Amino acid sequence: MSDFWSLYIIIITVVNILGCLALLYFTRKKKQSGQEGETTGHVYDGIEEYDNPLPRWWLWLFYITIIFSVIYLILYPGLGKYEGVLGWTQDKQYQEEVAITDAKVLPLYKKYSAMDIPALLNEPQAIKMGQAIFANTCFGCHGADAKGSLGFPDLTDNEWLYGGSPAQIKHSILKGRNGVMPEWKDSLSEDDILALSSYISSKNDFERPVIETFLAQGETAYNQSCAACHGRDLKGNQALGAPNLTDGVWLHGASPGLVKDVIRHGRINRMPGHESILGKDKSHLVAAYVYSLSNKKEKSEN
Amino acid sequence: MTDKLDDNYSYKVIRQFSIMAVVWGIVGMAVGVLIAAQLWLPALNFDIAWLSYGRLRPLHTNAVIFAFGGCVLMATSLYCVQRTCHTRLFSDKLASFVFWGWQLVILLAAITLPMGLTSAKEYAELEWPIDILITIVWVAYAVLFFGTIIKRKTSHIYVANWFFGAFIITVAILHLVNSAAIPVDFTTWKSYSAYSGAIDAMVQWWYGHNAVGFYLTAGFLGIMYYFVPKQAERPVYSYRLSIVHFWALIAVYMWAGPHHLHYTALPDWAQSLGMVFSLILLAPSWGGMINGIMTLSGAWHKLRTDPILKFLIVSLSFYGMSTFEGPMMAIKTVNALSHYTDWTIGHVHSGALGWVAMVSIGALYSLIPGLFGKKQMHSIKLINLHFWLSTIGVVLYIVSMWIAGLTQGLMARATNADGTLTYTWVQILENTYPQYGIRLLGGFLFLSGMFIMFYNVMKTISKPKTVDTRIPEPAH
Repeated sequence: MSDFWSLYIIIITVVNILGCLALLYFTRKKKQSGQEGETTGHVYDGIEEYDNPLPRWWLWLFYITIIFSVIYLILYPGLGKYEGVLGWTQDKQYQEEVAITDAKVLPLYKKYSAMDIPALLNEPQAIKMGQAIFANTCFGCHGADAKGSLGFPDLTDNEWLYGGSPAQIKHSILKGRNGVMPEWKDSLSEDDILALSSYISSKNDFERPVIETFLAQGETAYNQSCAACHGRDLKGNQALGAPNLTDGVWLHGASPGLVKDVIRHGRINRMPGHESILGKDKSHLVAAYVYSLSNKKEKSEN
Repeated sequence: MTDKLDDNYSYKVIRQFSIMAVVWGIVGMAVGVLIAAQLWLPALNFDIAWLSYGRLRPLHTNAVIFAFGGCVLMATSLYCVQRTCHTRLFSDKLASFVFWGWQLVILLAAITLPMGLTSAKEYAELEWPIDILITIVWVAYAVLFFGTIIKRKTSHIYVANWFFGAFIITVAILHLVNSAAIPVDFTTWKSYSAYSGAIDAMVQWWYGHNAVGFYLTAGFLGIMYYFVPKQAERPVYSYRLSIVHFWALIAVYMWAGPHHLHYTALPDWAQSLGMVFSLILLAPSWGGMINGIMTLSGAWHKLRTDPILKFLIVSLSFYGMSTFEGPMMAIKTVNALSHYTDWTIGHVHSGALGWVAMVSIGALYSLIPGLFGKKQMHSIKLINLHFWLSTIGVVLYIVSMWIAGLTQGLMARATNADGTLTYTWVQILENTYPQYGIRLLGGFLFLSGMFIMFYNVMKTISKPKTVDTRIPEPAH
């Protein structure tokens, strides 16, 4: 802020506060006898006005708020560049609060951070912390219960787009993932797409409607266009994040109509990286929590 | 009655605005009840984009503030300025233009907001072509009002007119500055704000809070200063107090906007100034309440028999309450708890329903019979029923939102010993859910009262004797 604007702010602020004081000073009038004072003598449409003095308690209320304000503006930033006696800023307040919390909890985070994720399954406190962070950071997409929704993976079902090992989960959290299914509507005919949907359904572990006459055409189209990512066996490829098409998990909807829509228009599914948001220690705990959702047995085996 | 037009008050435009105030009141509040119901049962948007919460919420605020509130303010200000200046309106043609122009603005808002056309500025969502129309109509309104003041037959200007005058001038400035935008598309009316970043936010809330201060406070204090002494048939308590609180109010309100932006990218100094001036604002705000309520001293017994007076006095109580709550919420430490919770919604409605709507309803009941040549409203009993529905409705609304807001604020800041947050967002929402039900009930009761009012008004104005009242000679 330049000196000019600083001075400008100080002057209009002080003038406004002094103006209020002056207004009160010049209009306060000693108490007069009786409540029914004289009227001003004006009559408007039958309405008259008494000229009663300002109520004392009201006047004092006004003075007190002004006194408070003057003190506040001496202690805190307000008058242009003047920083206030206390040197308070909202940034400092934030940093102080963070420092206090960090001093209290950082040792705990460091302790857990040094442990392997499978080992953390035996630390209920660590899993609880991971869950609390998850439920307030990841809930927007995956839900507070981690069960996901259309387009957002269920993290409890032990079916993984990018792998379910502790390292793979942690990588997904820290660095994020970019899932890209290209659109095929320009390179495949509607017939091909219908046939593909039927072929994919025929290979599923769960029974789905299949049009037998389309299967051959579907297989050809699949091997030409889809197998590169989803694999000849339709089991997907975790290195690419290409989903397994046989496991009955349909990220973008199970109905044949929705499956065809995904083939036609493709999907871009982005999991943002959280390293800059959560930091390594918290991400480690969240990874442990997510891992625990589908690896509870290991815990009992230990 | 004489045949000479200038001997009579110009009542046609007052009649038009008064009736439309009741109609728009029902529309605006009905949309409010619908979106309150959507928070209770989200399926009530029926998967129709036009009925989605995000589009109806600005429609609700625009309809109650600018359609209902605007019609009330224009009816009462144009009535009061004639009656207290002992003169006819400056121009009937201009009055007619103001009425039809304002209705067109409302209609355009009712079409474009559900379509999703918005400038995304709260309480200033309307896009630039409508903003231009608002400017033209508002200037016409100002010319009409001040033109009438100029041809007054009284020597002084009554205090109600100062408040109306301040409201008209300030709203013009607020609207022009905040709506400044660069149009980018002439078919969809899309525009971008002329300001950016923290400056845009500051301009927006300078506008937003002064819309509260000048539109919803100064304007309605003008109504109070005419209708309370008139209905109570008592002189105004203190002329001196009215001068002091008027000047203090308009000088201090201008500063209060930054309290909407505590703990944001707005510089610390601006936040502090917003906070201290919000606190100083307490006494000037209360000046109006004291003057209104004390005007009734010596006539308290009238409250037992006159439900219109009940509306006016209870509105002043809510005014006093919300203008106490406002400065408290402007204190940074309190704001850190209350901001981004439903407490804010409760506070707004304690002002909007308790003060603005109830003083408007009282004024309309007082105004309407005379405009249509009747001695009083069709049914006093129904006014009484309306009064109780409104009062209970407001109380349910604000108490449920206080509970909801405080709980939200406390749950959101609760932390475990390990530094993690105790509650999830969904748990906070679950906890709020019953309060949304009570709020819906409160809003529904308030809306039902408006339907009773509509019936009562229709009964009162049927078989109308639409005679304009003769202008009396001023007493001084």
